[in-house]
Amino acid sequence: MSMLSTGRPTRPETAVGAGDPATLTGARGLLQQEPLIFELGGWDKTGVDLPPVPDGLGADDLGDLVRSEPIGLPGLSEPEAVRHYVRLSQQNHAIDLALYPLGSCTMKHNPRLNEKLARLPGFSDIHPLQPVSTVQGALQLIDELAHWLKTLTGLPAVAMTPKAGAHGELCGILAIQAAHRAKGDAARTTVLVPTSAHGTNPATAAFVGYQVQEIAQTADGRVDLADLEAKLGPHVAAIMVTNPNTCGLFERDIREIARLTHAAGAFFYCDGANFNAIVGRVRPGDLGVDAMHINLHKTFSTPHGGGGPGAGPVVLSQALAPFAPIPYVVHGVDGFELVEADARAFGRMSAFNGQMGMFVRAYAYMLSHGADGLRQVAEDAVLNANYVKARLSTVMTPAFPDGPCMHEALFDDRWLEGTGVTTLDFAKAMIDEGFHPMTMYFPLVVHGAMLIEPTETESKAELDRFCDMVIALAAAARAGDAARFTGAPYHAPRRRLDETQAARRPRLKWTPPAPEAVAAE
Amino acid sequence: MRYLPLTPDDRSQMLAVIGAPDIDALFVDVPAAARLPGPVDLPHVQGELEVERKLAGLARRNRTAGEGPFFCGAGAYRHQVPATADHLIQRSEFLTSYTPYQPEIAQGTLQVLYEFQTQVARLTGMEVANASLYDGSTATAEAVMMAARITRRTRAVLSPGLHPHYAATVRTMAEAAGLAVEALPLAVDGEADVLGALTADTACVVVQTPNLFGTATDVTKIGEAARAAGALMIVVTTEAVSFGLLKSPGSMGADIVAAEGQSIGNGLNYGGPYVGLFAVREKHLRQAPGRLCGETVDAEGRRGFVLTLSTREQHIRRDKATSNICTNSGLCALAFSIHMSLLGETGLRRLAELNHARARQLKAALETVPGVEVLTPRFFNEIAVRLPVNAAELVETLAGNGILAGVPVSRLAPAAGMDNILLLAATETTCDSDIQFLSRAMTKVLAP
Repeated sequence: MSMLSTGRPTRPETAVGAGDPATLTGARGLLQQEPLIFELGGWDKTGVDLPPVPDGLGADDLGDLVRSEPIGLPGLSEPEAVRHYVRLSQQNHAIDLALYPLGSCTMKHNPRLNEKLARLPGFSDIHPLQPVSTVQGALQLIDELAHWLKTLTGLPAVAMTPKAGAHGELCGILAIQAAHRAKGDAARTTVLVPTSAHGTNPATAAFVGYQVQEIAQTADGRVDLADLEAKLGPHVAAIMVTNPNTCGLFERDIREIARLTHAAGAFFYCDGANFNAIVGRVRPGDLGVDAMHINLHKTFSTPHGGGGPGAGPVVLSQALAPFAPIPYVVHGVDGFELVEADARAFGRMSAFNGQMGMFVRAYAYMLSHGADGLRQVAEDAVLNANYVKARLSTVMTPAFPDGPCMHEALFDDRWLEGTGVTTLDFAKAMIDEGFHPMTMYFPLVVHGAMLIEPTETESKAELDRFCDMVIALAAAARAGDAARFTGAPYHAPRRRLDETQAARRPRLKWTPPAPEAVAAE
Repeated sequence: MRYLPLTPDDRSQMLAVIGAPDIDALFVDVPAAARLPGPVDLPHVQGELEVERKLAGLARRNRTAGEGPFFCGAGAYRHQVPATADHLIQRSEFLTSYTPYQPEIAQGTLQVLYEFQTQVARLTGMEVANASLYDGSTATAEAVMMAARITRRTRAVLSPGLHPHYAATVRTMAEAAGLAVEALPLAVDGEADVLGALTADTACVVVQTPNLFGTATDVTKIGEAARAAGALMIVVTTEAVSFGLLKSPGSMGADIVAAEGQSIGNGLNYGGPYVGLFAVREKHLRQAPGRLCGETVDAEGRRGFVLTLSTREQHIRRDKATSNICTNSGLCALAFSIHMSLLGETGLRRLAELNHARARQLKAALETVPGVEVLTPRFFNEIAVRLPVNAAELVETLAGNGILAGVPVSRLAPAAGMDNILLLAATETTCDSDIQFLSRAMTKVLAP
């Protein structure tokens, strides 16, 4: 054995102690097991120093409105809080760690300049109901961002307030409903949605009271024009089509789709979730779209934050613009004004002015790229997806092999036949290799779907690392190494979790173990 | 462009692997007439310096709440958010992760959501809370839709103290879905008036405490009467810090609680992003909207967390889903949960008491201003006053004196006939001198 004169070994011993003994604490090296805050026991503790309540200003004036029973909230000192949340954070995958190829989600790099600017007090410390004379910079930012969105989409108006993509869909469909009502047309009760649509599309239409009817898909993954034509009629209020669609393909006949839709007196709602594929290269307004939400958290890189907050402004055609919800910004005589009452508006999407924090980030992202950079975004996003498709088609079966894809590559599970490995198993094995899996089992129209969206912020080296990994795993699956997959993940913070038990006996909050319940409360 | 890693050489190599002659070949499915020949008419790429200069310039054109005496509330409140909370939410693994669809590598987010749900359930005094909605107003609209599903009734009654923007949000969503919404005329202290509007087809009454005018109400009897008539009681709160001092909605018999969580962990941000708190009775759980995180075990029997009961949600149920919502307000919920963990019950109670104390000081000071009448009978940290002049004009005048004096009711409800009523909030960030400055300035401006 090599060692220093003090006896400290300087080279690992390989012969002795090999293997993988379970640790005594459950920790694995740097990765800690972290209890719930409710198990850390700080029932009387606080990590915030507050002054005493001044004499004579207590809550005696509130009588029996005062909360007398314990609430049951533990507190943590600041160092304990930092440890708790840093330890938890380390159990997450993140775009900052590696490729995050979730199809339809556009997990791209989140520039930190945007975080810095959104935290400027001039944006973060202003109240939504301050006099508009004191927030002219905020209104100008909203107005300029709106100008960029309108210019990039070729549509004349935009409703800025929706708080997420699905909220934007709701806004668009409500504008469409209002436009039909304004014409006195009450017969339109149906919204047409392709079978490959995001779940939010039919959910949104149904939420507003529309019947949802599905449109068939052709063998090459596009809307079936004949089926669309057959289903259009005076009962149809709108069609909701994602373009590029959820199979990662551009709807070649999109202008014909728009023409048929308009000829039937219906509106064309486009789900803009996949705008990243065409930003700067194609304007949806030139395709005949009447309304489209833009996920600022996808195309314009506001962080996904573990599932929100998003932002979903909706661009609108001339026909729908008059019905846009309040509030909205206009140019007035003495500067910008905020219109908060408008009889033609279909209503209000939420209490205030939309996701200002996300607007700042998205605008910083746009200004950084510029018109030329955004065009490059679309080109590189599409190039990266086609590169992945080309490399992986050697081992996997592309769902639509003919022609290029747009920003995401879709595979089915034919290539796994006979291996004993499912799409889910394969995805879980990717976790062991340090990658987040692709979107699985969506769109529903493709069996065992695997939808890979690399985005433009991946280098060729990272794409190659990813493709090499998938190719190696595919070889392992073919070689009969099924256990590598069916038991995966082995090396993640948790092994596969029992979702059936979670749903059958829902435990949605911590409850104290019986004896401790008395002590704690 | 600094965010784009591909080099021209990479691009050529990759096109060769794909077998495409150039990038245009990949856009071949786009109709020729819709292909833009070059960049659209907008500025071109800029460095960090230029972008920062531009946006800092816009930021400077806004008067920040911290610049001077500040009394705006009405659904958004200025509190001190610990630096730790804002630092921790910027951890890469929280900031740049997505919805926890792969729970094995998302336990950080999932455990936070489980802790958040527990905190919210306890704060509201309810049995179950979800993983958050967009904000308080959309949570209220979702609550109304949920009540209609549960009761199979078609009408909602909104109290005279419900925030007008909440009422408008509810109306927009519920009426589109075919429900009838009756919003009672604004009143300072009239939450119980909803009972007078109860009918056999009423799905729910929506009450707010503290309400728009700051009035805190024990809604226990309203809930009892509503349920006796087969309707549910939805309790709305726009100031989450009040949970630390006032009786919880759950203890007063709320069937659904919809609240704005911005006050804890989140800045004003000119109205968003915020975080909607949503809590229900367990028996109604399967009609609830939004994500739910549940406890389970992994293949080795270790505790872990997953998103659960997703058969309610749009990605599974499509047009039969309980809501179209997909995302939640994850990062804002994280900020809320971190701030709440730092406060603990001890800190939250103290914080709430301090807010109330500041509002008492504010009330006392305004009562010394000639012509000003305080209207709110019982309050947490916000009060309504009647002025001898138009409230919006006074606010504009005081803004010129460096004071953001509150929110005129006419800004929220121009037709309510309340042009002289002003809403003012005080929080732990309000100091003695702010209150003195305000009352002196008002005395001077209002002097005949």
